[in-house]
This record gives sequence, C-alpha cells and structure tokens, in this order.
Amino acid sequence: MPRVAAGFPARDPAPGVIVECRAVSKRFGSRLAVDAVDLEVPPGLCFGLLGPNGAGKTTTLKMIYGVARPTSGSVRVFGIDVAREPRKVRARLGVTLQENSFLERLSPVQNLTVFGRYHLLPPAEIEARSDELLDFLELRSHADLPVTALSGGFKRRLAIALSLMNRPELLILDEPTTGLDPAVRLSLWQRVRELRSEGTTVLLTTHYMEEAERLCDRLVILAEGRVVADGAPRQLIRDVLAPEALELEVAPEDERRVVGDLDGVQRLRSGRRLMLYVRDAAALLETIRHRDDGPARDPGSVIVRPTNLEDVFLALTGTRIEAGEGGAAAVDAGAAA
Amino acid sequence: MRVSPRHAVAVWRRNLALYQRTWKLNLLPNFFEPLLYLVSIGIGVGSYISEMGGTSYVAFLAPGLVAVAAMNGASFEVTYNAFVRLHFEKTYESMLTTPIQPEDVLAGEILWAITRGSIYGGSFFVVIAAVGLAPLPAALWAIPMIPITGLLFAAIGIAFSLRIPSIELFSFYFTLFLTPLFLFSDIFFPLEERLSGVWLWVAEGLPLLHPVRLVRAAFAGEFSPRLLWDLGYIAVVSGVLMVLAARITRRRLMD
Ligand SMILES: Nc1ncnc2c1ncn2[C@@H]1O[C@H](COP(=O)(O)OP(=O)(O)O)[C@@H](O)[C@H]1O
Ligand SMILES: [Mg+2]
Repeated sequence: MPRVAAGFPARDPAPGVIVECRAVSKRFGSRLAVDAVDLEVPPGLCFGLLGPNGAGKTTTLKMIYGVARPTSGSVRVFGIDVAREPRKVRARLGVTLQENSFLERLSPVQNLTVFGRYHLLPPAEIEARSDELLDFLELRSHADLPVTALSGGFKRRLAIALSLMNRPELLILDEPTTGLDPAVRLSLWQRVRELRSEGTTVLLTTHYMEEAERLCDRLVILAEGRVVADGAPRQLIRDVLAPEALELEVAPEDERRVVGDLDGVQRLRSGRRLMLYVRDAAALLETIRHRDDGPARDPGSVIVRPTNLEDVFLALTGTRIEAGEGGAAAVDAGAAA
Repeated sequence: MRVSPRHAVAVWRRNLALYQRTWKLNLLPNFFEPLLYLVSIGIGVGSYISEMGGTSYVAFLAPGLVAVAAMNGASFEVTYNAFVRLHFEKTYESMLTTPIQPEDVLAGEILWAITRGSIYGGSFFVVIAAVGLAPLPAALWAIPMIPITGLLFAAIGIAFSLRIPSIELFSFYFTLFLTPLFLFSDIFFPLEERLSGVWLWVAEGLPLLHPVRLVRAAFAGEFSPRLLWDLGYIAVVSGVLMVLAARITRRRLMD
C-alpha cells in the first residue's frame, strides 16, 4: 500500500455529524427531484449515495454545499446552516463535480494555483499544497503539460486534486469514477481510503454497485428522489435478501414449470434473467436440475454468486441501477428466505 | 450577500492566468482592428475631407476609435467568453464549490472585462499618441475614460448574456446593437449636426455616444458642463445594469 503523501494533519473525527439533511426536498417546475430526504453523515466515514441516473444524487449534493436551495427542509454541514453561511461551510469542504471543469490550455500546476486562490490561500501554501497533491494523485509526470493533453484518468485525478487544495474536512465526490477504466478506478478507491484513514469524511455518489459495496462504509440508496434504503452495504443486503443468488435464463412462461413451487425462495426478474435468493444457491441448483432438464442444465445460462446491491435495488424498486436495462420487473420479492 | 473583493480578485486572476498564456494571439488582432479603420477611413476617406470640427479627418476619427476599442474589448469578454464559461466550461459551477459566491463571480468578470477593454483601448491610445494624433498632455485625460467605457459595456453585455438562452443570440447583440452604435455615435461624423428636434434627445440614449464625447473632449482639451451628463449617464446606466445582473446571476448560477 502506498505511503500516505497527502500531508493531511491527523484529525480526530469531529464529534457529532458532518452532514445532516432533514426532510430535504427540491422541486424543479413540476418535477420533484429530491423528495423529503433525511441524511446523516457521521465523521470519518466514506458515505455513499447510490442510485441510477436522475435519482437526485447531484441535486442532493448541491443542496449540501449550498449551491441549490432546498424547496423545503434544512441542511446543516459541520453543524452550520449552509443556507446562511455558505462561505464558511465551503471553506471546509471540497467538491469534485460530476463534469470536470479546468482551464484546459493551462497545466495541472497552474490549475491548482488558480483553485488555491479561490480559497484565498497564500502563495507559499498554494505551492506546497500543489506539490503534495501532485504526488498524492500521481500527476507529477504531467504536471506542466496543458490539460488538453491529459487522458481521462489524469483529468479525473486532477479534478480530485483541485477539490483537495484547501485540505477539506469533508470531500464530496460526484460520480468520481464514471467512465474510467477499472485500473484507474481501483487506484482512485485506494486514494479515497487513504483520505478517510487520515480523518477526512467522504461523501460520494455512484451508480456502480460494486463501488458502493467495496468503498462505502455506509450507504443511502436513492430512487426517484427518495431514500429507499440505508445502512452498511453488507447489512443492507442481509436486511433485504438471502446471501446467495442463483441466476438462470428462464422465459416467464417456463418459470412455473422450472421453479414454480419452491418454498422459501425469493425471486426477482430482470428481462429473461430470473434471480433466486437463498442461503445455499449451489444446493438449490441441484434441486432444480433434478426436477428439470431445461435451463438449469445450460451451463452458459447459470450463475451462482453472492447477493449484491444491484439485487437489493431491484428488489426495492423493480428496476436496475446500472446501464438502465429496461423492462425489468420484480416479482415475488416478499417471500421469506 | 455582499461581494467579497478578495474572492472577486481570485476570479479576475483566473482570467488573467489564461490571458497570460494567450495574450500574443489575442493582442495582435485587437491592435490592428482600430488601426485599420484609422488608415482606411481616416486617411483614405479623409483625404477627400479638408477638415472636420477644426482638425484633419483622421484626427477627428482617432478619439472615437479609442472608445470603440475599449467597448469591443470589454464586450467580447462579457458576451461570448462569459457565456462559454457559464454554459459550456462550467467554470462558475466549479468556482461555486469554493467560498466564492455568485456576486464575486459577477464582480470578478466585470473587473476582467474592464481590464480587457483597457488593454484594447490603451494599446490603441499608445499607437495614436506615437503617431502624433493624441495631443499631449491634454489627451492623457482620455486614459481614465478607457476603463469607464469598459465598465459601461461590461455592465450592458453581462446583463444581456445572463438573460439569453443560446449563444447564437450574440450575433444580434453585435450586429444590431454594437455595430449601429459604432456607426452612429459621433465617431465618423458629428451626430448632432445631422439631427434635429426630438431626435437629438433620442440620440442621448446611445451608450457609446457618451464615452466618445468624453474622449474627444480630452483630446481637444475642452471642458464643458455637458461632460458631467455624460459621466452621469455612464454611472447610472452601469449601476442599474449591475444591480440587475446581480439578481440574475444568483438565479443563473444557483439552482
Ligand atoms: N437545474 C435543473 N432544472 C430542472 N431539472 C433538473 C435540474 N437539475 C436536475 N434536474 C432534474 O432532477 C432530477 C435529478 O437530477 P440529478 O440530481 O442530476 O440526478 P442524478 O445526479 O442522480 O443523476 C433529474 O430528473 C433531472 O432532470
Ligand atoms: Mg448526477
């Protein structure tokens, strides 16, 4: 594991909560983008907002750092009412926007300098901080090239570096890894973990359930502006579904014949995929194979795997988070495991 | 929320940092544009005109073109450039993740437009002074009029830019607003001598007329009380439009 090079002062987690949203709603015209969301982000955690596109994640973040005004409800950050004292709140947090925004013709170092000035940092501090961040986010090799010459992964790291210029107590990341390749994603996760271990609270949004599951200590699942579930990722899965999943390719008309009378098995459907949730998926597969020589015998169609957050989302909303596959419908999610 | 001057300066310095990288490309065309008018109209057309307002035609033309250069420099910043920063580059969105507030962004952008206008107007002034068309030292009074002109057109331009939904509309602004101003604001001919009656009053509404008069008066070394009206016009129009812009800025930059 790389040594921590960010040079953050070791910080005791502040007492109380870092972000507190109470029944926050945001209306755009006739559309309720955020609907009575309650949120509590405790200090020192990586906290995730998981949801599909349009769920209201970005809008929720904007209300937290005070750029969108809630239609109703209240937001406190560090115990401060952000609507009253936005400057004070924003001096202590950093935000990586969903869309990068740079001075494209200038270099990463020049971009960091300009951003440091937004925070009114003195020149010596800007120089020292830029230098630390070039190492921490592995930007050194491209420090003096124009940003136009950087790859997507470099740009995303630069965007995160900008939001760390003021040594924020709270780092807000809006879809930090969307569109990045897996290697870059893994290395960004590692940076986030290091920041957290140094006492920075991280609040991120994602529509990747893997990111939410592996990176976040606590989660809120958002769908159509509402919180549909919250808790630790493992706990969330345990609360909603059995621990193992068996996926089969079964047409709806064959479902009754293949698995129709199985007791105590939760079922979800997404298109032609049928998911069965049980304590022991391998055993269930055996049972099904004995009864039927259809889909369960086709090795290409069968997957045995741990239950994940995508399943939870499907169970709770009837739709999928990632890739927006249409036509999915949940069935029979209520059966006890 | 009040403007924080230090944050406004940070916004201004962002633009300066970019300009420092591109000034050679930017400055040259700006330098030549008014010069081309001076040569073509001032010397070319001017050779058919024996005198205008007691001077050669080219000397008549020069002060007005100083004001035009300042107008153009400021206008470009608060129109196309500001629109791109607002809608395409998400520059303001990223500024607002820091303690910068919408009012600081507006103040910084206006300050920057004044700076650009002053670079345009100032460099043109230097050229005409060098070729002896600006009678010194009297014409030095024109120098403070350059940023004042920048302010007026920064305020007008930003109020327009914040309201329009699409970038194509700037062609209306330039072709149907700035170009007529350029042609009818006392620069090429004394407007008053062509107008009478109520039209004289209507003409006083033209924004560019007032900076042109101020610069021309400086070049001539003549003070008249009417210049106070010109200064007052600029102050009031700029002030009102900036208040208006401050209201829209909040709506445009925040949800
Ligand atoms: N400025 C806005 N004006 C109108 N509608 C908006 C605006 N911002 C977001 N929305 C709408 O609010 C909903 C939530 O958007 P957003 O918060 O961006 O979702 P997410 O970040 O989860 O993809 C979407 O339907 C979006 O179209
Ligand atoms: Mg979003």
